[in-house]
Amino acid sequence: MSQTLTDNPVATLQAPQPNPNPGERKGLTKKEIAADHPTWCPGCGDFSILALYFKLIEKRKLWHEKITTISGIGCSSRFPYFVQAHGAHFIHGRALPFASGVSLSRPDLHVFAFSGDGDAFSIGGNHFTHTARKNVKMTLVVMDNQVYGLTKKQTSPTSPLGFKSKTDIWGAVDYPINPAKQAIAVGATFVARTSASNPNHVLATMEAAMDHDGFSFVHCLSECVEFYEGAFDAANPRKGGVFNEVPKAHDVTDELAAYKLAGADFPGNFGILYQVKKPTKNARELEINQAAQSKFAGLKDWQILQKTFDRLK
Amino acid sequence: MSDTVIGAPSAGGAKKVSRISDAVIRIAGNSQDGIQAIGGFLARLAGRSEQEVMTFMTIPSTISGGPSIFQVRIGNGEVLTAGDDADLLLAFYQHSYEDHISSLKKKGVVLYDSDHVTPKPEWETEYRHVGVPISSLTVEAIGGTAKDKGKNIYALGLLARLFDLNVPKLEKLVGERFTGKDPSILNNALAAFHAGYANSPSNLLETFQFADSQKQGSHQVVMNGNEAIAYGLIAGGVRFGAAYPITPWTDIMEIMRRELPKYGGSFIQCEDEIASISMALGASFAGRVAVTGSSGPGISLKTEALGWAVMAEMPLVIINVQRGGPSTGMPTNIEQSDLNIATFGGHGDAPRVVLAPANVEDCFYLSIEAVNIARKYNVPVMFLTDQGIATRIEAFPQPNLEQVCQDITPDFSAVPTYKPYDLAAANGVSPQVKPGTRILDGRYPIATGLEHDELGHPTGSPKLHVQMTAKRRKKLQALADTLPVPKIYGPPEGSVLLVGWGSTEGPIREAVDRSRAAGDSVSSIHLRHVNPLPNGLENIFSGFNRVFVVEMNDEGLYGYGQLGAILRARYCEAKIQGINKTDGLTWKVKEIIEGIKNKLRK
Repeated sequence: MSQTLTDNPVATLQAPQPNPNPGERKGLTKKEIAADHPTWCPGCGDFSILALYFKLIEKRKLWHEKITTISGIGCSSRFPYFVQAHGAHFIHGRALPFASGVSLSRPDLHVFAFSGDGDAFSIGGNHFTHTARKNVKMTLVVMDNQVYGLTKKQTSPTSPLGFKSKTDIWGAVDYPINPAKQAIAVGATFVARTSASNPNHVLATMEAAMDHDGFSFVHCLSECVEFYEGAFDAANPRKGGVFNEVPKAHDVTDELAAYKLAGADFPGNFGILYQVKKPTKNARELEINQAAQSKFAGLKDWQILQKTFDRLK
Repeated sequence: MSDTVIGAPSAGGAKKVSRISDAVIRIAGNSQDGIQAIGGFLARLAGRSEQEVMTFMTIPSTISGGPSIFQVRIGNGEVLTAGDDADLLLAFYQHSYEDHISSLKKKGVVLYDSDHVTPKPEWETEYRHVGVPISSLTVEAIGGTAKDKGKNIYALGLLARLFDLNVPKLEKLVGERFTGKDPSILNNALAAFHAGYANSPSNLLETFQFADSQKQGSHQVVMNGNEAIAYGLIAGGVRFGAAYPITPWTDIMEIMRRELPKYGGSFIQCEDEIASISMALGASFAGRVAVTGSSGPGISLKTEALGWAVMAEMPLVIINVQRGGPSTGMPTNIEQSDLNIATFGGHGDAPRVVLAPANVEDCFYLSIEAVNIARKYNVPVMFLTDQGIATRIEAFPQPNLEQVCQDITPDFSAVPTYKPYDLAAANGVSPQVKPGTRILDGRYPIATGLEHDELGHPTGSPKLHVQMTAKRRKKLQALADTLPVPKIYGPPEGSVLLVGWGSTEGPIREAVDRSRAAGDSVSSIHLRHVNPLPNGLENIFSGFNRVFVVEMNDEGLYGYGQLGAILRARYCEAKIQGINKTDGLTWKVKEIIEGIKNKLRK
């Protein structure tokens, strides 16, 4: 895949030109991509996801300036500091609309948003729904540890019933969200599930997500060894669990089948659960622009505004 | 119509023609009657006739219907306000008649729809009553299916006859309004207009004629404040915006959603207020300065992200079309009560810029300035307009668009090295490099809401927090040094100085004019840059015995409105006091004059 995602910028922003001789510039090494040393606790699943993001950048020969890494607040959301690329560490729960602003005005950039279960499904739940339904082109990786880690063990929207936290000392009483089911229901066009304990699977899933033209959602289990140790053992063969991939016979375009598969009891199945092609918000806005601009071909911006002012006399 | 010159009444009962230089027409009806359309036609006609014009309207916040007025003042001299009292009241219903007759000058003309209004004998001596069965004559003119539709255009015809308005120009305006629609609609409208024009009320013994404008040959555009802001932002180079609908901000987003695609830009309707400012910040981060906007409650919701913009030093323009608050408050009324949230809203020390346009023309030019301040200083700029100026129509000289339109596309050329939060930058103003730009030393910046080092990486260093806090403050102090000292309206010394901000410039100036005409020593200044304040105000204050801050907000716990409190805090000046009101309507000139008198009595 080339460095530019499209030749037609959605906005008139003069997109940076791709290097005319891509061969002259080597892909980045892990050393060049890594920035600050991660501040996560030793043993945190997020290390694995970061390492695989580096690997993705390396493998796909993405350049620093073509990647934007965007996050909200939470353990997972420290992510941009650890990557040598233009990035933004935004406010809690709002990474998706921020990333949408980048995506909709900069078709030349790969937009990655990294989030956690609290950030994406609780405080940012509204944005998860609407970014998915609008099909804004970007990749969202939610590192789900089923607990609030940064604030030290409170119940999260994905904590299972009975999970004992500082805000549910008796065990969680609220029914958890099933992120994949929710994503399918609200119209996401790419929904996949993976686990930090299976690096190859994470990389393959992120790659497929990046290549999806639309909103791609990767639900990635990522264990919090500090506050919810062993949460995902049942999905980890090394801990005596089973890592079942999505059955080969599953039709990823079948919404009902995907919804059923996503709803299977934990640990369920890993891989791409649902993927369909639908015009992106980016493409729709571009169509609107092209139709509007076709009437003003050859005019400078001030001349277009003059036409409007002529009608206001 | 104060300076009416009486023309010679001719013999044989022919009507008297009076030459006038100024007229205030109040149209009262229900909101679905198209009374705003009549006002709009009159305002546009004035603009095309080189006249000054200003309008004022009220709209009910109910979903459909409810009493509504549109007041238009047309004049050949300077028109500063929509007028305290009307020369003519056009009343469609009994409630319009009864509720608004008091807004009419003594001996003013009340033109009423006699199908719906029964005049009160006690008022018939005080005001000149002219009854026309507008509803039934409209139906007669256009046919039985018309019902109530078209009676506004019929009334426009009546007004055209009464004020000897330019018929071909009005016909053209009506034609423009209905272009692209079913031709029968235009035909009906013109039929109604001509029927109204041909009807010469038999009991009306006087018609009026505007004296020739002194501004012959000038080209004017006519629009309301919300339109002027939308087009100002486009001229300023904004190509991305995001927002959520809320009255009275919504017009701006509708215009920009419609217009931006012509320029290759986009305006996105978001799921909520927080998403809107977040998306706009994402776009600003990625390229050009973007815009979001809202009113009252929506601004409250945006404040956390506004704080991020301050911390991350991200340029952004936030339009706040103020309305009555707090909470849902009075959505369709005017108040200037968001100055505190604009200036101080949010947690932490979060300096940001606050601008307030003084009139419709200023909405256009100040929007461009907002864009330029945001991008030069990398700060969020809160643009405080209000419901009054949003819907007020004014004519102003056509801007030279070739000159004012600007391209603010960032430079994406590679840079050797880059520190987004460079502490060595002069005045704390560090230029921005946008995503897509290659940084040759391989060290890439993070835009962040955490306190950070010069590259944007988090730090817990107390020293850096001190330095970065000062950096964010110094930018605004540097901006203050560049701001022009406000011009004094009236002599620079005297007994009373009125200080205003935002949409109240017109009534304050007219209050100064009337006070001076009555022999009182009153001057005024008007602040368009509210945060930071321009330097040198203390020198202006020193020329006056009393300083009264005229604001449409509450006098507060300690007797000063929101700007009043800020000015007192900054200048420790006991002579600063407030003239405030909270009735949700624009200032009447006489209210300000009364306010001055009350304060002087104390």
